[in-house]
Amino acid sequence: MPALIELSGIERVFLLGDSEVHALHQLDLRIDAGEYVAVMGPSGSGKSTLLNLLGLLDRPNVGTYRLEGRDVTTLSPEEQARVRSERIGFVFQSFHLVPRLTAAENIALPMMLAGIAPAERNKRVEQALKDYGLTNRANHRPNELSGGQRQRVAIARATIMQPAVILADEPTGNLDRATGEEVMRLLEALNQSGVTLIIVTHDTVLGARAGRQLRMEDGELRHDSASRGTV
Amino acid sequence: MRAPDLLRFARDAATGNPLRTSLLVLAMAIGVAAVVVLTALGDGARRYVINEFSSIGTNLVIVLPGRSQTGGFNPGNAITNTPRDLTIDDAQALLRASAVRRVATLAIGTSEISVGGKLREVVVAGTNAQFVDVRRLALAQGRFLADGDWRRGAAEAVIGAKIRDELFGRESALGQRVRIGDRRFRIVGVMASTGQGLGMNTDETVIVPVALAQAMFNSNTLFRVLVEANSRETIEQAKTQVTEIIKLRHEGEEDVTVITQDAVLATFDKLLGTLTLAVAGIAAISLAVAGILVMNVMLVSVTQRTAEIGLLKALGATGRTIRTAFLVEAAMLSLAGAVLGFLLGHAGAAAIRLLYPAYPAYPPDWAAIAGLGTALVTGILFGVLPARRAAQLDPVESLAKR
Ligand SMILES: Nc1ncnc2c1ncn2[C@@H]1O[C@H](COP(=O)(O)OP(=O)(O)O)[C@@H](O)[C@H]1O
Ligand SMILES: [Mg+2]
Repeated sequence: MPALIELSGIERVFLLGDSEVHALHQLDLRIDAGEYVAVMGPSGSGKSTLLNLLGLLDRPNVGTYRLEGRDVTTLSPEEQARVRSERIGFVFQSFHLVPRLTAAENIALPMMLAGIAPAERNKRVEQALKDYGLTNRANHRPNELSGGQRQRVAIARATIMQPAVILADEPTGNLDRATGEEVMRLLEALNQSGVTLIIVTHDTVLGARAGRQLRMEDGELRHDSASRGTV
Repeated sequence: MRAPDLLRFARDAATGNPLRTSLLVLAMAIGVAAVVVLTALGDGARRYVINEFSSIGTNLVIVLPGRSQTGGFNPGNAITNTPRDLTIDDAQALLRASAVRRVATLAIGTSEISVGGKLREVVVAGTNAQFVDVRRLALAQGRFLADGDWRRGAAEAVIGAKIRDELFGRESALGQRVRIGDRRFRIVGVMASTGQGLGMNTDETVIVPVALAQAMFNSNTLFRVLVEANSRETIEQAKTQVTEIIKLRHEGEEDVTVITQDAVLATFDKLLGTLTLAVAGIAAISLAVAGILVMNVMLVSVTQRTAEIGLLKALGATGRTIRTAFLVEAAMLSLAGAVLGFLLGHAGAAAIRLLYPAYPAYPPDWAAIAGLGTALVTGILFGVLPARRAAQLDPVESLAKR
């Protein structure tokens, strides 16, 4: 069985004026379906860059990325958009809800973009609202929701297309401890139901909850708990 | 994305920023309203002139003394340029032409009319009995000048409606004796009021037999000869015959100008039609300005909504979807503006018609359609650049924007 994610020889270089920044350097990584992975490391070590790459929001300068056995680095932007739509769910630190849309509309957004019929959309949104305890907040706009509620809307939105993998970049970064804990439990419950979960965090306690820890430094993968010792 | 979703999304995005939206809609509306109102004015002028000209009479051929110079001044014909008189005999001779039905002479001058101590200045028109038919005029009371020898004529006068009111008030004017200049006339008829118009206003005119008018002004020449052709088809034939007859009578010299009402009408029609087009073109510039405004406002909108665009991409939106969404929004705003402008323009034209009832200020159909169409096209055209910019945004950088 092929790995869900397979990165080999990834390089991502940014040009800052005259100097080159190696945000990712000689990166090889394999993640199987259903894993729960925490990506840790100091600020600027390349965690977000890695996650963006995994989410097909960014392309490597060198190297290949296989998602479910398929080389996705060579896909056209339109094809990549389709993969994002169907296989990947994003959860951001700052929620990224559309302020003019209600909670229900925000959750439905990926389905609307994918052209799913309204009847099916409504059915799934209703279920998601119920699952995430947002039923009585359905018609509220983001500015009428608490931080925890906003992130629950964001998670509902990330899962509404039933993706294979959820990418969460510091999902609790803007939340207090108790709310963060609640959000983590929701994400972990998703993982238990079979969705691959990749979380970026610099909180070692949170990171320790994952089945597998990756440690990044200066764009390189320094430690992978799955491969005993330093890489 | 499904079409209804696309429309709803664009609408929500537009209404999400009411100030921006109303600014755009207003700019578009002003542009379209300008086109509608200005073309209504232009086309109204055209209709007005055409109407007035048509009311002068139908199938008219008009003879003017003197050759109208086309081309530059030529010293060689400076002598012959002095017009020979266009006489009553000339006019009467025209009746022989096969294509001519009626002939009306016209000698014009001013004089004074007095009755019972009242005195006022009047325009005196000298003519013959057929004038009333040629010019399609109506009488309010009595009869028109009697048919008879054009070179004599009885001392009868027909007066305009306003003169009747001023000189006689409630009394009957018919049969009254008046003095015009130094001659005495008996009033036999009163013209129906014509009101203000391009054609001759008979309200303040006194009509007398042409021979008496010429004697009054001490002149042998006529101001105009109005010739009515048998039918529309024979107008050109009548013109040729009239020119030939006068030329023969004037020793082979073409020293009169013969114009047809049709030609004058066509000239005015063309002239004012062109004017309307020019005016529409000027108004369309305001639409182009509105288009540029659409572009700028949409560009600002793209900048403001960068994070949202990044998010949409992360959620699986293709560049095409985002481009379409922005284009639909621009088109929607332009359409709303165009419809509003269309209504405003029609209201403006209606207001003009209310203020000046004589002026048929109706916007021509083509202008309204062109205005709406141009607004839509400019809106979409100028929406393309912002939409493309939105579609090309880098999702990672966009998401980082706050
Ligand atoms: N768009 C960019 N342009 C230039 N440099 C960038 C860009 N994105 C990231 N970087 C650089 O790449 C490195 C890794 O960044 P990032 O992945 O955001 O780190 P982390 O998420 O671990 O804090 C940093 O040095 C950062 O400055
Ligand atoms: Mg980061």
